[in-house]
Amino acid sequence: MSGVDVVVTGLGATTPLGGDVASTWEALVAGKSGVGVLEQEWAAPLPVRIAAQLADDPTNHIERVKTRRLDRSEQMAIIAAWAAWRDAGEPDVEKERLAVVVGSGIGGATTLLAQDDIMEASGPRRVSPHTIPMLMPNGPAAWVGLELGAQAGVHAPTSACATGAEAIAWALDIIRSGRADVVVAGGTEAVIHPLPIAGFSSMRAMSTRNDEPEKASRPWDKARDGFVLGEGAGIIVLERADSAKARGAKIYARLAGAGMTSDGFDIVQPHPDGVGAVRAIKAALRDSGFASSDIGHVNAHATSTPVGDMAEIKALHHAIGEQAVLTSTKSMTGHLLGAAGAVESIATILALHHGVIPPTINLDDPDDALDLDVAAHKARHVELQAALNNSFGFGGHNAALIFARA
Amino acid sequence: MKDRSEIVTGLAEILEEVAGVNPDDVAEEKSFTEDLDVDSLSMVEVVVAAEEKFDVKIPDDEVQNLKTVGDAVSYIQKNAA
Repeated sequence: MSGVDVVVTGLGATTPLGGDVASTWEALVAGKSGVGVLEQEWAAPLPVRIAAQLADDPTNHIERVKTRRLDRSEQMAIIAAWAAWRDAGEPDVEKERLAVVVGSGIGGATTLLAQDDIMEASGPRRVSPHTIPMLMPNGPAAWVGLELGAQAGVHAPTSACATGAEAIAWALDIIRSGRADVVVAGGTEAVIHPLPIAGFSSMRAMSTRNDEPEKASRPWDKARDGFVLGEGAGIIVLERADSAKARGAKIYARLAGAGMTSDGFDIVQPHPDGVGAVRAIKAALRDSGFASSDIGHVNAHATSTPVGDMAEIKALHHAIGEQAVLTSTKSMTGHLLGAAGAVESIATILALHHGVIPPTINLDDPDDALDLDVAAHKARHVELQAALNNSFGFGGHNAALIFARA
Repeated sequence: MKDRSEIVTGLAEILEEVAGVNPDDVAEEKSFTEDLDVDSLSMVEVVVAAEEKFDVKIPDDEVQNLKTVGDAVSYIQKNAA
Protein backbone atom coordinates (compact mmCIF):
# COMPACT_ATOMS: atom_id res chain seq x y z
CA MET A 1 0.00 0.00 0.00
CA SER A 2 1.11 3.51 -0.59
CA GLY A 3 -0.02 7.00 0.34
CA VAL A 4 -0.75 7.96 -3.24
CA ASP A 5 -4.03 6.77 -4.75
CA VAL A 6 -3.93 6.17 -8.49
CA VAL A 7 -7.03 6.33 -10.67
CA VAL A 8 -7.99 5.56 -14.25
CA THR A 9 -9.37 8.56 -16.09
CA GLY A 10 -9.11 7.60 -19.76
CA LEU A 11 -9.57 4.48 -21.87
CA GLY A 12 -8.55 3.85 -25.48
CA ALA A 13 -8.50 0.74 -27.62
CA THR A 14 -8.69 -0.72 -31.07
CA THR A 15 -9.58 -4.41 -31.12
CA PRO A 16 -11.03 -7.18 -33.26
CA LEU A 17 -14.43 -6.21 -31.84
CA GLY A 18 -14.33 -2.51 -32.62
CA GLY A 19 -12.21 0.49 -33.48
CA ASP A 20 -12.79 2.09 -30.09
CA VAL A 21 -13.65 1.31 -26.48
CA ALA A 22 -17.40 1.87 -26.83
CA SER A 23 -17.87 -0.53 -29.75
CA THR A 24 -15.51 -3.08 -28.18
CA TRP A 25 -17.40 -3.00 -24.88
CA GLU A 26 -20.77 -3.29 -26.59
CA ALA A 27 -19.58 -6.37 -28.52
CA LEU A 28 -18.03 -7.90 -25.38
CA VAL A 29 -21.23 -7.57 -23.39
CA ALA A 30 -23.23 -8.95 -26.32
CA GLY A 31 -20.95 -11.99 -26.52
CA LYS A 32 -19.75 -11.43 -30.09
CA SER A 33 -16.75 -13.24 -31.49
CA GLY A 34 -14.05 -11.26 -33.28
CA VAL A 35 -12.49 -14.38 -34.78
CA GLY A 36 -12.70 -15.03 -38.50
CA VAL A 37 -11.10 -16.84 -41.40
CA LEU A 38 -7.80 -15.55 -42.78
CA GLU A 39 -8.66 -15.01 -46.43
CA GLN A 40 -5.13 -13.91 -47.35
CA GLU A 41 -3.34 -16.06 -49.90
CA TRP A 42 -0.44 -16.64 -47.53
CA ALA A 43 -2.72 -18.38 -45.05
CA ALA A 44 -3.59 -21.27 -47.36
CA PRO A 45 -0.63 -23.57 -46.53
CA LEU A 46 -0.74 -22.86 -42.77
CA PRO A 47 -2.15 -25.33 -40.26
CA VAL A 48 -3.98 -22.39 -38.64
CA ARG A 49 -6.10 -20.23 -40.95
CA ILE A 50 -8.13 -18.22 -38.42
CA ALA A 51 -7.39 -15.11 -36.38
CA ALA A 52 -9.01 -12.13 -34.70
CA GLN A 53 -8.15 -9.25 -37.01
CA LEU A 54 -8.82 -5.59 -36.22
CA ALA A 55 -12.40 -4.47 -36.85
CA ASP A 56 -11.22 -1.06 -38.07
CA ASP A 57 -7.95 -0.83 -39.97
CA PRO A 58 -5.58 1.73 -38.42
CA THR A 59 -4.73 3.16 -41.83
CA ASN A 60 -8.30 4.54 -41.87
CA HIS A 61 -7.22 6.95 -39.14
CA ILE A 62 -3.60 7.84 -39.86
CA GLU A 63 -2.49 9.81 -42.89
CA ARG A 64 -0.91 7.72 -45.62
CA VAL A 65 2.56 9.24 -45.55
CA LYS A 66 2.80 8.78 -41.80
CA THR A 67 1.88 5.10 -42.08
CA ARG A 68 5.04 4.58 -44.17
CA ARG A 69 7.15 5.12 -41.07
CA LEU A 70 4.92 3.39 -38.52
CA ASP A 71 4.69 -0.35 -37.91
CA ARG A 72 1.08 -1.49 -37.63
CA SER A 73 1.57 -1.99 -33.87
CA GLU A 74 2.73 1.63 -33.62
CA GLN A 75 -0.24 2.91 -35.61
CA MET A 76 -2.59 1.06 -33.27
CA ALA A 77 -0.82 2.34 -30.14
CA ILE A 78 -1.08 5.93 -31.38
CA ILE A 79 -4.80 5.54 -32.13
CA ALA A 80 -5.52 3.99 -28.71
CA ALA A 81 -3.35 6.53 -26.89
CA TRP A 82 -5.06 9.55 -28.45
CA ALA A 83 -8.46 8.02 -27.72
CA ALA A 84 -7.49 7.48 -24.06
CA TRP A 85 -5.97 10.95 -23.79
CA ARG A 86 -9.09 12.62 -25.17
CA ASP A 87 -11.32 10.43 -23.00
CA ALA A 88 -9.34 11.68 -20.00
CA GLY A 89 -10.13 15.25 -21.03
CA GLU A 90 -6.55 15.95 -22.16
CA PRO A 91 -5.13 16.52 -18.67
CA ASP A 92 -3.28 19.79 -18.35
CA VAL A 93 -0.13 18.18 -16.95
CA GLU A 94 3.39 19.55 -17.34
CA LYS A 95 5.17 17.51 -19.99
CA GLU A 96 7.98 16.83 -17.52
CA ARG A 97 5.41 15.13 -15.24
CA LEU A 98 3.90 12.97 -18.02
CA ALA A 99 5.29 9.46 -18.66
CA VAL A 100 4.48 6.64 -21.07
CA VAL A 101 4.68 2.89 -20.49
CA VAL A 102 3.60 0.96 -23.58
CA GLY A 103 4.86 -2.51 -24.43
CA SER A 104 4.53 -5.08 -27.13
CA GLY A 105 5.04 -8.81 -26.83
CA ILE A 106 6.74 -9.33 -30.17
CA GLY A 107 7.33 -5.84 -31.58
CA GLY A 108 7.59 -4.85 -35.22
CA ALA A 109 7.92 -8.38 -36.58
CA THR A 110 5.85 -7.75 -39.70
CA THR A 111 8.10 -4.79 -40.60
CA LEU A 112 11.19 -6.94 -40.09
CA LEU A 113 9.83 -9.70 -42.27
CA ALA A 114 8.57 -7.38 -45.01
CA GLN A 115 11.91 -5.56 -45.19
CA ASP A 116 13.73 -8.89 -45.31
CA ASP A 117 11.60 -9.81 -48.31
CA ILE A 118 12.61 -6.51 -49.96
CA MET A 119 16.28 -7.11 -49.22
CA GLU A 120 16.14 -10.64 -50.64
CA ALA A 121 14.33 -9.47 -53.77
CA SER A 122 15.98 -6.10 -54.48
CA GLY A 123 19.10 -5.80 -52.33
CA PRO A 124 20.03 -3.90 -49.17
CA ARG A 125 19.79 -0.42 -50.74
CA ARG A 126 16.04 -0.86 -51.08
CA VAL A 127 15.54 -1.49 -47.36
CA SER A 128 13.48 1.38 -45.90
CA PRO A 129 15.35 3.94 -43.77
CA HIS A 130 12.39 3.70 -41.39
CA THR A 131 12.98 0.00 -40.72
CA ILE A 132 14.74 0.29 -37.35
CA PRO A 133 12.32 2.71 -35.63
CA MET A 134 9.48 0.58 -36.99
CA LEU A 135 10.75 -2.73 -35.65
CA MET A 136 12.33 -1.66 -32.36
CA PRO A 137 10.26 -2.94 -29.44
CA ASN A 138 10.20 0.49 -27.79
CA GLY A 139 8.81 2.01 -31.01
CA PRO A 140 5.14 2.13 -29.93
CA ALA A 141 6.04 3.68 -26.55
CA ALA A 142 8.35 6.19 -28.21
CA TRP A 143 5.72 7.23 -30.73
CA VAL A 144 3.04 7.64 -28.07
CA GLY A 145 5.53 9.71 -26.08
CA LEU A 146 6.24 11.88 -29.13
CA GLU A 147 2.57 12.38 -29.93
CA LEU A 148 1.76 13.48 -26.37
CA GLY A 149 5.08 15.21 -25.73
CA ALA A 150 5.81 13.09 -22.65
CA GLN A 151 9.10 14.00 -20.99
CA ALA A 152 9.04 12.16 -17.65
CA GLY A 153 10.23 8.94 -19.29
CA VAL A 154 9.05 6.57 -21.98
CA HIS A 155 9.30 2.89 -21.17
CA ALA A 156 8.57 -0.34 -23.00
CA PRO A 157 8.37 -3.37 -20.73
CA THR A 158 8.17 -6.64 -22.59
CA SER A 159 7.03 -9.89 -21.01
CA ALA A 160 5.20 -11.71 -23.81
CA CYS A 161 1.51 -12.05 -23.00
CA ALA A 162 1.88 -10.30 -19.63
CA THR A 163 3.26 -7.14 -21.26
CA GLY A 164 0.10 -5.01 -21.22
CA ALA A 165 -0.57 -5.74 -17.56
CA GLU A 166 3.07 -5.20 -16.57
CA ALA A 167 3.02 -1.83 -18.32
CA ILE A 168 0.09 -0.79 -16.13
CA ALA A 169 1.82 -2.13 -13.02
CA TRP A 170 4.96 -0.14 -13.81
CA ALA A 171 2.83 2.94 -14.38
CA LEU A 172 1.41 2.52 -10.86
CA ASP A 173 4.94 2.42 -9.45
CA ILE A 174 5.97 5.50 -11.41
CA ILE A 175 3.12 7.58 -10.01
CA ARG A 176 3.50 6.27 -6.46
CA SER A 177 7.21 6.95 -6.44
CA GLY A 178 6.60 10.51 -7.58
CA ARG A 179 8.43 10.24 -10.91
CA ALA A 180 5.33 11.39 -12.82
CA ASP A 181 1.79 12.61 -12.11
CA VAL A 182 0.12 11.18 -15.21
CA VAL A 183 1.10 8.00 -17.05
CA VAL A 184 -0.27 6.72 -20.35
CA ALA A 185 0.09 2.94 -20.19
CA GLY A 186 -0.84 -0.20 -22.07
CA GLY A 187 0.11 -2.61 -24.81
CA THR A 188 -0.11 -3.17 -28.54
CA GLU A 189 0.36 -6.14 -30.81
CA ALA A 190 0.11 -6.72 -34.56
CA VAL A 191 1.70 -9.97 -35.68
CA ILE A 192 -0.95 -11.62 -37.83
CA HIS A 193 1.58 -12.88 -40.37
CA PRO A 194 2.50 -16.39 -41.54
CA LEU A 195 5.78 -16.59 -39.59
CA PRO A 196 4.46 -15.94 -36.05
CA ILE A 197 1.45 -18.15 -36.84
CA ALA A 198 3.75 -20.93 -38.07
CA GLY A 199 5.92 -20.53 -34.96
CA PHE A 200 3.02 -20.73 -32.52
CA SER A 201 1.56 -23.59 -34.56
CA SER A 202 4.80 -25.53 -34.34
CA MET A 203 4.54 -25.20 -30.56
CA ARG A 204 1.04 -26.73 -30.87
CA ALA A 205 -0.21 -23.69 -28.95
CA MET A 206 -2.94 -22.59 -31.37
CA SER A 207 -6.43 -23.79 -32.10
CA THR A 208 -6.80 -25.49 -35.49
CA ARG A 209 -10.59 -25.21 -35.51
CA ASN A 210 -10.37 -23.63 -38.96
CA ASP A 211 -13.92 -24.52 -39.98
CA GLU A 212 -15.55 -22.85 -36.99
CA PRO A 213 -13.55 -19.69 -36.29
CA GLU A 214 -16.11 -18.18 -33.93
CA LYS A 215 -16.01 -21.30 -31.77
CA ALA A 216 -12.23 -21.70 -31.76
CA SER A 217 -11.47 -19.63 -28.66
CA ARG A 218 -13.21 -21.59 -25.89
CA PRO A 219 -11.50 -21.13 -22.52
CA TRP A 220 -12.20 -23.86 -19.94
CA ASP A 221 -14.32 -25.86 -22.40
CA LYS A 222 -13.47 -29.56 -22.73
CA ALA A 223 -12.99 -29.18 -26.48
CA ARG A 224 -10.49 -26.29 -26.24
CA ASP A 225 -7.45 -26.89 -28.42
CA GLY A 226 -5.30 -23.80 -28.15
CA PHE A 227 -5.46 -20.02 -28.41
CA VAL A 228 -6.56 -17.88 -31.34
CA LEU A 229 -4.14 -15.14 -32.36
CA GLY A 230 -5.58 -11.63 -32.27
CA GLU A 231 -4.29 -8.12 -32.81
CA GLY A 232 -5.12 -4.95 -30.96
CA ALA A 233 -4.06 -2.16 -28.66
CA GLY A 234 -5.29 -0.97 -25.29
CA ILE A 235 -4.08 2.16 -23.53
CA ILE A 236 -5.26 3.79 -20.32
CA VAL A 237 -4.55 7.10 -18.61
CA LEU A 238 -3.53 6.77 -14.96
CA GLU A 239 -3.08 9.69 -12.65
CA ARG A 240 -2.86 10.76 -9.04
CA ALA A 241 -6.33 10.62 -7.51
CA ASP A 242 -5.94 14.01 -5.80
CA SER A 243 -5.14 15.90 -8.99
CA ALA A 244 -7.74 13.97 -11.00
CA LYS A 245 -10.39 14.99 -8.47
CA ALA A 246 -9.11 18.55 -8.34
CA ARG A 247 -9.53 18.96 -12.08
CA GLY A 248 -12.98 17.33 -11.97
CA ALA A 249 -11.95 14.38 -14.14
CA LYS A 250 -14.31 11.49 -14.78
CA ILE A 251 -12.90 8.56 -12.78
CA TYR A 252 -13.53 5.06 -14.08
CA ALA A 253 -11.84 3.12 -11.29
CA ARG A 254 -8.95 3.09 -8.90
CA LEU A 255 -5.89 0.95 -9.64
CA ALA A 256 -5.60 -0.42 -6.13
CA GLY A 257 -2.68 -2.77 -6.44
CA ALA A 258 -0.37 -4.84 -8.60
CA GLY A 259 1.70 -7.97 -8.23
CA MET A 260 4.41 -9.26 -10.54
CA THR A 261 6.31 -12.52 -10.14
CA SER A 262 8.29 -14.96 -12.25
CA ASP A 263 7.92 -18.74 -12.22
CA GLY A 264 11.56 -19.77 -12.56
CA PHE A 265 10.17 -23.02 -13.89
CA ASP A 266 10.01 -23.32 -17.69
CA ILE A 267 10.45 -21.04 -20.68
CA VAL A 268 6.91 -21.64 -21.99
CA GLN A 269 4.99 -24.04 -19.73
CA PRO A 270 3.11 -22.52 -16.81
CA HIS A 271 3.75 -24.21 -13.48
CA PRO A 272 0.97 -26.85 -13.34
CA ASP A 273 -0.12 -25.67 -9.90
CA GLY A 274 0.11 -22.01 -10.87
CA VAL A 275 2.35 -21.19 -7.90
CA GLY A 276 3.88 -18.13 -9.59
CA ALA A 277 0.40 -16.88 -10.41
CA VAL A 278 -0.70 -17.41 -6.79
CA ARG A 279 2.22 -15.33 -5.56
CA ALA A 280 1.40 -12.55 -8.04
CA ILE A 281 -2.26 -12.45 -7.01
CA LYS A 282 -1.39 -12.47 -3.30
CA ALA A 283 1.12 -9.70 -3.85
CA ALA A 284 -1.52 -7.65 -5.65
CA LEU A 285 -3.98 -8.25 -2.80
CA ARG A 286 -1.45 -7.15 -0.17
CA ASP A 287 -0.61 -4.10 -2.26
CA SER A 288 -4.29 -3.19 -2.64
CA GLY A 289 -5.28 -3.68 0.98
CA PHE A 290 -8.23 -5.84 -0.10
CA ALA A 291 -8.97 -9.26 1.34
CA SER A 292 -9.34 -12.12 -1.13
CA SER A 293 -13.05 -12.22 -0.24
CA ASP A 294 -13.46 -8.64 -1.54
CA ILE A 295 -12.65 -9.70 -5.10
CA GLY A 296 -15.98 -10.12 -6.86
CA HIS A 297 -14.75 -10.61 -10.40
CA VAL A 298 -11.74 -11.97 -12.23
CA ASN A 299 -10.91 -11.22 -15.84
CA ALA A 300 -8.81 -14.35 -16.25
CA HIS A 301 -5.83 -14.90 -18.49
CA ALA A 302 -7.48 -18.14 -19.77
CA THR A 303 -6.29 -18.37 -23.38
CA SER A 304 -8.09 -21.61 -24.31
CA THR A 305 -5.03 -23.85 -24.01
CA PRO A 306 -5.43 -27.28 -22.40
CA VAL A 307 -2.82 -26.79 -19.62
CA GLY A 308 -2.85 -23.06 -18.92
CA ASP A 309 -6.57 -22.62 -18.34
CA MET A 310 -6.76 -25.13 -15.53
CA ALA A 311 -3.48 -24.06 -13.89
CA GLU A 312 -5.04 -20.62 -13.50
CA ILE A 313 -8.17 -22.12 -11.94
CA LYS A 314 -6.01 -23.84 -9.32
CA ALA A 315 -4.22 -20.57 -8.66
CA LEU A 316 -7.51 -18.68 -8.27
CA HIS A 317 -8.77 -21.30 -5.82
CA HIS A 318 -5.72 -20.78 -3.65
CA ALA A 319 -5.47 -17.03 -3.91
CA ILE A 320 -9.05 -15.75 -4.28
CA GLY A 321 -11.50 -18.46 -3.23
CA GLU A 322 -14.87 -19.23 -4.74
CA GLN A 323 -16.92 -16.02 -4.54
CA ALA A 324 -15.60 -14.28 -7.64
CA VAL A 325 -17.35 -14.42 -11.02
CA LEU A 326 -14.81 -15.27 -13.71
CA THR A 327 -14.72 -14.48 -17.36
CA SER A 328 -12.29 -14.82 -20.23
CA THR A 329 -12.85 -12.08 -22.77
CA LYS A 330 -10.31 -13.88 -24.97
CA SER A 331 -13.21 -16.12 -25.94
CA MET A 332 -14.29 -13.10 -28.04
CA THR A 333 -11.16 -11.06 -28.76
CA GLY A 334 -8.76 -13.95 -29.29
CA HIS A 335 -5.36 -13.62 -27.65
CA LEU A 336 -3.92 -10.15 -28.15
CA LEU A 337 -0.53 -11.18 -26.72
CA GLY A 338 1.25 -8.02 -25.52
CA ALA A 339 -2.00 -6.04 -25.70
CA ALA A 340 -4.07 -8.64 -23.84
CA GLY A 341 -3.41 -7.38 -20.32
CA ALA A 342 -4.23 -3.82 -21.34
CA VAL A 343 -7.42 -4.54 -23.28
CA GLU A 344 -8.54 -6.91 -20.52
CA SER A 345 -7.79 -4.24 -17.91
CA ILE A 346 -10.17 -2.00 -19.82
CA ALA A 347 -12.80 -4.76 -19.73
CA THR A 348 -12.20 -5.18 -15.99
CA ILE A 349 -12.44 -1.44 -15.36
CA LEU A 350 -15.70 -1.20 -17.31
CA ALA A 351 -17.10 -4.26 -15.53
CA LEU A 352 -16.55 -2.43 -12.23
CA HIS A 353 -17.81 0.85 -13.61
CA HIS A 354 -21.03 -0.55 -15.11
CA GLY A 355 -21.58 -3.55 -12.81
CA VAL A 356 -21.61 -5.84 -15.84
CA ILE A 357 -19.32 -8.81 -16.38
CA PRO A 358 -18.88 -9.73 -20.06
CA PRO A 359 -19.55 -13.38 -20.85
CA THR A 360 -17.20 -16.22 -21.72
CA ILE A 361 -18.58 -17.52 -24.99
CA ASN A 362 -18.24 -21.11 -26.24
CA LEU A 363 -18.13 -22.59 -22.74
CA ASP A 364 -20.56 -25.32 -23.80
CA ASP A 365 -19.08 -28.27 -21.98
CA PRO A 366 -16.97 -27.09 -19.03
CA ASP A 367 -13.80 -28.93 -18.06
CA ASP A 368 -14.53 -31.38 -15.21
CA ALA A 369 -12.01 -29.55 -13.03
CA LEU A 370 -13.70 -26.16 -13.51
CA ASP A 371 -15.29 -25.57 -10.12
CA LEU A 372 -15.44 -21.79 -10.07
CA ASP A 373 -18.30 -19.55 -11.22
CA VAL A 374 -17.87 -18.39 -14.81
CA ALA A 375 -20.20 -15.93 -16.57
CA ALA A 376 -20.79 -18.43 -19.37
CA HIS A 377 -22.63 -17.39 -22.56
CA LYS A 378 -24.35 -14.32 -21.09
CA ALA A 379 -23.19 -11.14 -19.41
CA ARG A 380 -23.76 -11.07 -15.66
CA HIS A 381 -25.00 -8.01 -13.77
CA VAL A 382 -23.20 -7.79 -10.42
CA GLU A 383 -22.36 -4.87 -8.16
CA LEU A 384 -18.61 -5.04 -7.67
CA GLN A 385 -16.19 -3.45 -5.21
CA ALA A 386 -12.94 -4.86 -6.58
CA ALA A 387 -11.84 -6.99 -9.50
CA LEU A 388 -8.70 -8.80 -10.56
CA ASN A 389 -7.09 -8.99 -13.98
CA ASN A 390 -4.55 -11.80 -14.53
CA SER A 391 -1.94 -11.97 -17.26
CA PHE A 392 0.76 -14.58 -17.75
CA GLY A 393 3.44 -14.74 -20.40
CA PHE A 394 5.92 -17.10 -22.04
CA GLY A 395 9.07 -16.81 -19.98
CA GLY A 396 7.17 -17.41 -16.75
CA HIS A 397 5.90 -13.85 -16.20
CA ASN A 398 2.87 -13.39 -13.94
CA ALA A 399 1.09 -10.07 -13.52
CA ALA A 400 -2.00 -9.42 -11.41
CA LEU A 401 -3.80 -6.08 -11.25
CA ILE A 402 -6.55 -5.16 -8.82
CA PHE A 403 -8.95 -2.40 -9.76
CA ALA A 404 -11.52 -0.98 -7.36
CA ARG A 405 -14.68 0.97 -7.86
CA ALA A 406 -13.91 4.65 -7.56
CA MET B 1 17.99 13.02 -72.66
CA LYS B 2 14.87 13.75 -70.61
CA ASP B 3 13.84 17.39 -70.48
CA ARG B 4 13.98 19.15 -67.14
CA SER B 5 10.24 19.58 -66.66
CA GLU B 6 9.74 15.86 -67.18
CA ILE B 7 12.23 15.13 -64.39
CA VAL B 8 10.61 17.71 -62.08
CA THR B 9 7.25 15.99 -62.61
CA GLY B 10 8.82 12.60 -61.86
CA LEU B 11 10.43 13.94 -58.67
CA ALA B 12 7.14 15.53 -57.62
CA GLU B 13 5.44 12.13 -57.89
CA ILE B 14 8.14 10.57 -55.71
CA LEU B 15 7.97 13.41 -53.16
CA GLU B 16 4.22 13.06 -52.91
CA GLU B 17 4.45 9.31 -52.44
CA VAL B 18 7.19 9.21 -49.79
CA ALA B 19 6.83 12.55 -48.02
CA GLY B 20 3.31 13.77 -48.76
CA VAL B 21 4.58 16.88 -50.58
CA ASN B 22 1.95 18.64 -52.69
CA PRO B 23 3.12 18.28 -56.33
CA ASP B 24 2.12 21.90 -56.99
CA ASP B 25 4.79 23.01 -54.49
CA VAL B 26 7.60 21.24 -56.33
CA ALA B 27 9.72 23.56 -58.48
CA GLU B 28 13.38 23.71 -59.42
CA GLU B 29 14.28 26.48 -56.96
CA LYS B 30 12.75 24.70 -53.95
CA SER B 31 15.06 23.27 -51.29
CA PHE B 32 14.19 19.72 -50.21
CA THR B 33 14.71 20.36 -46.51
CA GLU B 34 13.92 24.07 -46.12
CA ASP B 35 10.98 24.48 -48.49
CA LEU B 36 9.52 21.02 -48.90
CA ASP B 37 10.10 19.75 -45.33
CA VAL B 38 11.73 16.51 -46.43
CA ASP B 39 13.62 15.07 -43.46
CA SER B 40 16.84 13.09 -43.76
CA LEU B 41 15.18 9.64 -43.68
CA SER B 42 12.62 10.62 -46.29
CA MET B 43 15.44 12.05 -48.44
CA VAL B 44 17.00 8.58 -48.46
CA GLU B 45 13.70 7.22 -49.77
CA VAL B 46 13.50 9.95 -52.40
CA VAL B 47 17.01 9.16 -53.64
CA VAL B 48 16.39 5.40 -53.87
CA ALA B 49 13.09 5.93 -55.66
CA ALA B 50 14.71 8.42 -58.07
CA GLU B 51 17.50 5.96 -58.87
CA GLU B 52 14.87 3.44 -59.85
CA LYS B 53 12.64 5.83 -61.76
CA PHE B 54 15.39 7.54 -63.77
CA ASP B 55 17.81 4.61 -64.02
CA VAL B 56 20.64 6.54 -62.40
CA LYS B 57 23.09 5.92 -59.56
CA ILE B 58 23.17 8.63 -56.90
CA PRO B 59 26.08 7.92 -54.52
CA ASP B 60 25.64 8.95 -50.86
CA ASP B 61 28.40 11.59 -51.06
CA GLU B 62 26.59 13.15 -53.99
CA VAL B 63 23.30 13.45 -52.10
CA GLN B 64 24.60 16.27 -49.86
CA ASN B 65 25.11 18.39 -52.99
CA LEU B 66 21.48 18.01 -54.02
CA LYS B 67 20.04 20.91 -52.03
CA THR B 68 17.28 21.89 -54.41
CA VAL B 69 15.00 20.11 -56.80
CA GLY B 70 16.97 21.80 -59.60
CA ASP B 71 20.24 20.30 -58.30
CA ALA B 72 18.66 16.87 -58.51
CA VAL B 73 17.29 17.52 -61.98
CA SER B 74 20.74 18.55 -63.24
CA TYR B 75 22.40 15.51 -61.69
CA ILE B 76 19.82 13.15 -63.16
CA GLN B 77 20.02 14.78 -66.59
CA LYS B 78 23.80 14.45 -66.64
CA ASN B 79 24.07 10.93 -65.25
CA ALA B 80 20.97 9.03 -66.35
CA ALA B 81 21.73 6.02 -68.50
